Amino acid sequence: MNIRCVSVLVMFVTVLFSSAVFAAAPIKIGALFAVTGPAAFLGEPERNSAKMVVDEINKAGGVQGRKLELISYDTTGDATKAVQLATKLIKDDKVVAIIGPSTTGETMAVIPVAEKEQVPLISCSAGSKISDPVKKWIFKTAQNDSLAVGRIYEYLQKNKQTNVSILTVSDGFGSSGREQLKAQAAKYGITIVSDDTYGPKDTDMTAQLTKIRGSHAQAIICWGTNPGPAVIAKNAKQLGIKIPLFMSHGVSSKKFIELAGDAAEGIKLPSGKVVVADLLPNSDQQKKALMAFVKDYQNHFKAEGDHFGGHAWDAVMLIKTAIEKGADTPVAIRDQLEKVKGFAGIGGSFTYSAQDHAGLGKDAFVLVEVKNKDWVIVK
Amino acid sequence: MQFDQILQYVLSGLSTGAIYALIGIGFSIIYNATGIINFAQGEFVMLGGLLTLSFLDLFKLPLWAAIPCAVAVSTVAGLVFERLAIRPLRQPTPINLVIITIGGSILIRGLAMLVWGKDTHSIPSFSGDIPIIIGGATILPQHLWILAITLVIIIVNKFYFYYTISGKAMRACSYNRRAASLVGIDVRRMVLFSFIISSAMGAVAGIIVAPLTMTAYDVGVMLGLKGFCAAIIGGMSSGISTVIGGLILGVLESLGAGLISSGYKDAIAFIILLLILFIRPQGLFGKADSERV
Repeated sequence: MNIRCVSVLVMFVTVLFSSAVFAAAPIKIGALFAVTGPAAFLGEPERNSAKMVVDEINKAGGVQGRKLELISYDTTGDATKAVQLATKLIKDDKVVAIIGPSTTGETMAVIPVAEKEQVPLISCSAGSKISDPVKKWIFKTAQNDSLAVGRIYEYLQKNKQTNVSILTVSDGFGSSGREQLKAQAAKYGITIVSDDTYGPKDTDMTAQLTKIRGSHAQAIICWGTNPGPAVIAKNAKQLGIKIPLFMSHGVSSKKFIELAGDAAEGIKLPSGKVVVADLLPNSDQQKKALMAFVKDYQNHFKAEGDHFGGHAWDAVMLIKTAIEKGADTPVAIRDQLEKVKGFAGIGGSFTYSAQDHAGLGKDAFVLVEVKNKDWVIVK
Repeated sequence: MQFDQILQYVLSGLSTGAIYALIGIGFSIIYNATGIINFAQGEFVMLGGLLTLSFLDLFKLPLWAAIPCAVAVSTVAGLVFERLAIRPLRQPTPINLVIITIGGSILIRGLAMLVWGKDTHSIPSFSGDIPIIIGGATILPQHLWILAITLVIIIVNKFYFYYTISGKAMRACSYNRRAASLVGIDVRRMVLFSFIISSAMGAVAGIIVAPLTMTAYDVGVMLGLKGFCAAIIGGMSSGISTVIGGLILGVLESLGAGLISSGYKDAIAFIILLLILFIRPQGLFGKADSERV
């Protein structure tokens, strides 16, 4: 009798558990990041952040009782590979949504695949053409270059420094910035008095800066990613250039201050709020998410979380929000994403709509200045 | 165009040119001893900078001690490279050797990426960052270090090749390997020497330039190519003509970037390279049968 009781109990428990396991088949999310190759400075923190946040969600019991499974592939920054891997994620792994790729070039190549297969894609790259014009299945979390340019120009206009020299790196990031700098100049009453470029591997930019010194520019705007801007900062100091130097959000990490050393002092740049998370007023709605992200990243990887990782964090959290609302198919997730309003993430406060799949406003950037080897917010 | 601007372009060009010259001489020393272009030369430049960083950060050595250590380790790397990759080759045809050096450079770069990561690193200047003003143009103390060290190395080099037995032996190899071995010169040892000297010189170049340009696992590629250009302009001589080749290249790049357009900076170097190879393959200063050392 007793034994029967026990066996019935065991049976019940087994059924209960197996049905629970059955119901909790994980929701698969795909990820394409350039973890190696020239864009590794983007892909590595992105993959780390995505993994970290998915692990944490699962540790806390998943979403709606279901675990998330992140299937992440390395595109090595290669658009052809990105397309192949996107197809693999959709056809073989049957993911409900894709996060990434890391660069604008890869994203543009993957867009037709996602559109055709009708799987939502949240890109982590910054190019504005990703979401302009709006594509039904494509969203993005990285801030548009145009917002960063707007921040600098606004400041210059306010301070009546309207003659600027621009110095941009001759790669995708630099040329996109250069385009935006030229396109928005007139709107803010800015005149570009000289327009120079430098190569991503160049080691001495005194020639370009000497030329700028000879012009009547009132400010220099440099658009690039490390190490070029650090060399420019040092060269500018060597040449005794006194006019203010602005950088892009491409160097808004401690690495830049470390590389440029004393020459970084006084340089201003637009940045995602993540580098100044602890300086933000408590009223800032992003502060809570930012502090959590920075602390987590520090615990997991013993490194400073940057805004690149933040793009992936935002993408995972946005998908989580959609799943929380009951969406577990590609179609439903897409529809829920489009309804996201005021989601305070790392990159900014996201509000998607049918007309806007970038979701951010100018408040996504703050203007920061390097003072005593750290960032301060410029008022 | 003001005078101080031109002066600035020339001064900047001279200091970058000195680095190209050092790397270029490394190319020509190996070329003269072995008849091959060692495309791994740029990687020793990278090793010099990154090893200095490691000795500074990990072993907490002062700069004056870290530099010789870094040069020593890079030199050993050059020695090992010659022993393991160049010497065992059964049929050392030039094309085989060139491909091996390319393979070696990719291997070294890959290992460096694993050891030091993909980030760019900076090492401190030798004596501060306070600019020195020369007639309206400015240079940094580090530029003086670069020029001075390059000068010293060239003088030592000259002395070695003309006044020591092994230097003379190496010159003999470059004139005629077979004849050199017939008179009892160990040609293989000379090849090994050439790798040791040029990897040490590459490392020095990498170290003295790192405070200005910073360093990363992949800096060797571009610097190596520019050094190669300098060597070609100098007609693969390991003497003063490669130095002048490097300086010309540096100044033209700088003037080109300042006066024409910065977009053409690298193009200038490679146009010069092609022109020289087409029109004067023996180098800018060489007679067709010039001595090579």
